[in-house]
Amino acid sequence: MTIEQMYMENIMDHFKSPRNYGKLDKPTITHHDNNPLCGDELTFQLIIHEGKVSDVKFMGHGCAISQASASMLTEKIKGVSVEDVKKLTKEDIFEMLGIPLSPVRMKCALLSLQVLTAGVAKYSYQL
Amino acid sequence: MDVRKDFPILKRKIHGKELVYLDNAATTQKPQVVLDAERDYYTNHNANIHRGVYVLSEEATNLYEKAHEKASHFINADFQEVVFTRNTTESLNLLAYSYSVWDLQKGDEIVLSRLEHHSNLVPWQQLAQLKGVTVKFIELENDGSLDMESAKKLIGKKTKIVSIAHMSNALGTINDVRELGKMAHSVNAVMIVDGAQSVPHFSVDVKKLDCDFLAFSAHKMYGPTGMGCLYGKKDLLENMKPFLYGGEMIREVSYEHTRFNDLPWKFEAGTSNIAGAIGLGAAVDYVSSLGMESIEEYEKELLMYGTKKLSAIPGLTLIGTSKKKGGIISFDMKGIPPHDMASILDADGICVRAGHHCAMPLMNHLGIHGTCRASFGIYNTKKEIDRLAESIEKAKKIFKV
Repeated sequence: MTIEQMYMENIMDHFKSPRNYGKLDKPTITHHDNNPLCGDELTFQLIIHEGKVSDVKFMGHGCAISQASASMLTEKIKGVSVEDVKKLTKEDIFEMLGIPLSPVRMKCALLSLQVLTAGVAKYSYQL
Repeated sequence: MDVRKDFPILKRKIHGKELVYLDNAATTQKPQVVLDAERDYYTNHNANIHRGVYVLSEEATNLYEKAHEKASHFINADFQEVVFTRNTTESLNLLAYSYSVWDLQKGDEIVLSRLEHHSNLVPWQQLAQLKGVTVKFIELENDGSLDMESAKKLIGKKTKIVSIAHMSNALGTINDVRELGKMAHSVNAVMIVDGAQSVPHFSVDVKKLDCDFLAFSAHKMYGPTGMGCLYGKKDLLENMKPFLYGGEMIREVSYEHTRFNDLPWKFEAGTSNIAGAIGLGAAVDYVSSLGMESIEEYEKELLMYGTKKLSAIPGLTLIGTSKKKGGIISFDMKGIPPHDMASILDADGICVRAGHHCAMPLMNHLGIHGTCRASFGIYNTKKEIDRLAESIEKAKKIFKV
């Protein structure tokens, strides 16, 4: 693997122009967490309508991998059912990113999934 | 400095490239003499110390006490004034418990600075919550040096402890701990110096500094991990309660009472890190043979070269530009998060640290999320700094900034 493969064009594109970045009015779910290693921080907000993610936004800062991963994940889950969101795995995230990652940088990549699933779990628990 | 041959790890290739190790503020590499000293102990002299009357135990005891002699001599302290701990963090915790828990009263004040490492902040913060004492912070100048006027204002009648890093691990600033010590002593407070970053890089003489306590780690001065020191003035250590209780630290024990051992053993409960101590002794011999003045001069040269080289890169900002600095360059590259920079440098075999450098409050205070940090040791070269600069340029290409 070369370092250029890790910072592929689509990763850099999502990092520099993050999709669904910002805040939602009256979100159903808001969840925040950080990765103390890198100082990455992410907040996910979702609106759940009829069991589906009708809207999602994220905010945060940190390394390109964590932020690109969050941006791509928001695109991936929009319109998807909560049940399917719950089924997302690490492998789905690695496949979505499509880049080789060292074990340390995997944590950056997976912060998005961690924040999302913790938020969704909290929501499901409250139902 | 012609020392690269002494460090076997420097022959390693990382991702097919020659290793450039620039994370010396985190830990340094170990020279062969340190590795040999530990191996020799385990291979030829291994036994527990201070108890056995057989040859091996006497040899081990002798080697261990020699290490104590070397460590105390190194900072110009007396034998009884240097206690072996695991590291700087443990040394500072020892003080928080053994000195402060017993001696501080509600309303007392502890003075730190805004740039302390978590290890010189969290123990005091927790102690403050326990004892109802207040922690105050000396403010910073824009260049990352301490605002001495702020120190004058904060150190007062209520101050019982002033604890300050001799050199900042995040910014490289060298603080005037002697002057701060004078301020502390003028109000009968004790002066604690966190010497984790200073002791390995320039000559530190506790008598000249006139500090009451000094903490440092072996692994940042080419010695083993898990090995640290705490210096304390004899009368202070004598009047302190032990930190950990158990074997070795006792003189006489009954079911009801214990009489504690003499200094420094009073603070070394349980079987010590004997091999680590011997490794520390070897590290002290090694840096002493090079000369602390030569080390300081050489690293200053690297700092000047690196500062010039990196500040010439467009978009790069140096974080911490005090006139008095040790061999640490913290920087921010516009448009490239520190961890991505560190990953790209790693791909070129270059080890730097990225993040908050165990100084999260400082980063928040400076309004940044973290920095990239290159920190120098005796084996680094100007050529390696050139490689660092080239690799930063490569990162700029990847990030198109």
